[in-house]
Amino acid sequence: MSPGSHLLARARRAGDGDGDEGLRAAVAADAVRLHRAQARIGREVVWSEVSVTIAPGEFAAILGPNGSGKTTLLRVLLGELALAHGSASVLGVPPGAPKGAIGYLPQRRHFDPGSRIRGVDLVRLGLDGARWGLPLRRLGAERVEEALELVGASAYARRSIGHLSGGEQQRLLIAQALVSRPRLLLLDEPLDSLDLPNQTAVAALLARICREQQVTVLLVAHDVNPLLPYLDRVVYFGAGRALAGAPRQVITAEALSRLYGVPIEVLHTADGRLVVVGLPEAPAQHSDRHAHSDRRAHSDRRAQSDRRAQSDCHADS
Amino acid sequence: MPAASALAGAGLSPDPISDLQQLTEYPFMVNALEAGTIVAVTAGAVGWFMVLRRQTFAGHTLSLMAFPGATFALLLGLSAAAGYFAFATVAALVIGVAGGAQSDHGGRGQVSAVTGSVQAFGLACGFLFLSLYRGVLANYESLLFGSFLGITRAQVLTLAIVAAATLGVIAVIGRPLLFASIDEGVARARGVPTRALASGFLLLLGLAVAATAQITGVLLVFALLVAPPATAQLITPRVGLGLALSIALGVFVSWLGLALAYFYGYPVGFYITTVAFAMYVIARAARAIVEHPTFLPGRAPVADAGA
Repeated sequence: MSPGSHLLARARRAGDGDGDEGLRAAVAADAVRLHRAQARIGREVVWSEVSVTIAPGEFAAILGPNGSGKTTLLRVLLGELALAHGSASVLGVPPGAPKGAIGYLPQRRHFDPGSRIRGVDLVRLGLDGARWGLPLRRLGAERVEEALELVGASAYARRSIGHLSGGEQQRLLIAQALVSRPRLLLLDEPLDSLDLPNQTAVAALLARICREQQVTVLLVAHDVNPLLPYLDRVVYFGAGRALAGAPRQVITAEALSRLYGVPIEVLHTADGRLVVVGLPEAPAQHSDRHAHSDRRAHSDRRAQSDRRAQSDCHADS
Repeated sequence: MPAASALAGAGLSPDPISDLQQLTEYPFMVNALEAGTIVAVTAGAVGWFMVLRRQTFAGHTLSLMAFPGATFALLLGLSAAAGYFAFATVAALVIGVAGGAQSDHGGRGQVSAVTGSVQAFGLACGFLFLSLYRGVLANYESLLFGSFLGITRAQVLTLAIVAAATLGVIAVIGRPLLFASIDEGVARARGVPTRALASGFLLLLGLAVAATAQITGVLLVFALLVAPPATAQLITPRVGLGLALSIALGVFVSWLGLALAYFYGYPVGFYITTVAFAMYVIARAARAIVEHPTFLPGRAPVADAGA
């Protein structure tokens, strides 16, 4: 452990209470930093030579085709997967160290009607679920309420979670990730399996949390468009590498063509949406499932082939 | 067991106080009531987590380990309870370790495959021990379907120690276990040792099942291990209330079953199972009516109060 990490640990403990703005500024480490990183699963290299820096308070998206290693990046940042080469730090310390300071939302997983637990209890677990012993004193009731209010879930938080809609469940899960007042929020496809109005609403909610609570938000997304108005930074995975930067710099024909090594077009629709055309299929891709899957039909504007991109554009207009 | 009813006389009277006096008249019945209460409390608490984690198949497998346990104890001349606990513990460890290692790669399907293999192997071992013994397994009925006669003070004491240990551990690991049961990925990311908890919980389940099987028998363990928790979870989605209700319902089922067996003289396992099942069916029906009030003629739909 370096002296710096001790300092940070102390700052984090002190920061557990209120009024940690000053400390947060004092610990001005990057929220996420990867330098020439390589990730492997087994012997297979998922990506290499990835360098990413995300500053505190930024709203960033991880994009790219299926199987390009987006979730792998989250696993690295959570400390569940060690890098094969290169270095990574999260909030200034090695991945896996700052557990309480990270809010995490895995790829969802829907609670079926048999899940008999209240939303408010689920949110509370985000606060004290890792503690041993009996919950003799009810700590942090107001923090649970605050998190519920922040995501607009107070009205249905006392119902059984299995009976709520996908959008309502997602809001409760975001509240659970937020209730420990993390400084970094990692979300894996938080917009997936939501309908379009809910995608827009949840994207706006996350952006608001990012700005108001000064939380760094890093999320994996299939479709950049619901997020586009809010994004500070994107990390675009493809062809075993990644490209990071401001969205208008990364999601361009030149940059993506260079990343993939094949010609790629980026179309701008009249309503300000971006359509990426010509992405090569990732090796793990099941190319035919989109034809029958209406779950993804709306999120497919990132378009993996010209034909599909064009038909999607028509469907949207 | 008609002997019990002959002792007791004419069945339940309208006066519950005198019924209770009759019920506790004989020491064997006091032992049975104490053992039934201890077992119901343990099964209610552990079973609540088991139902939440959807591990009834593992629970079933662990309960069947009483068969090789009992026959092995017979072979070595040990007490049946020692055999129950030993085999349930070993099986829980095997399922926990092998299943945990598999779940990283193959998911839940692999876990249930491991559980099923353990179950088949355990039963086969039981049959082997029985044929090695070359004798007749006396009172196999009570092994399979339970008995409340002849429970000794020593047995009650053993059950109490096992129950106290089980409940103590549940109290310590309860919250992280709840977190891991509902939301494993998030719990792991927050530093909860989910795999160790999964194996540890199977051990607790093994202990609870081995204890319960001594009253309800191997085949009827679920009357106390599943029905009260499942009923409680139908009634309330609250955690603390649900656990308390699960335990209370288990004690109620156990007492009523024992009393009915005492006064009317048919096997206790049948009464306990019937009361537990009836309770579950009533809760299920009530739930359906609450959720779909339009099923009832002449009632307008009302909003779900949300428990």
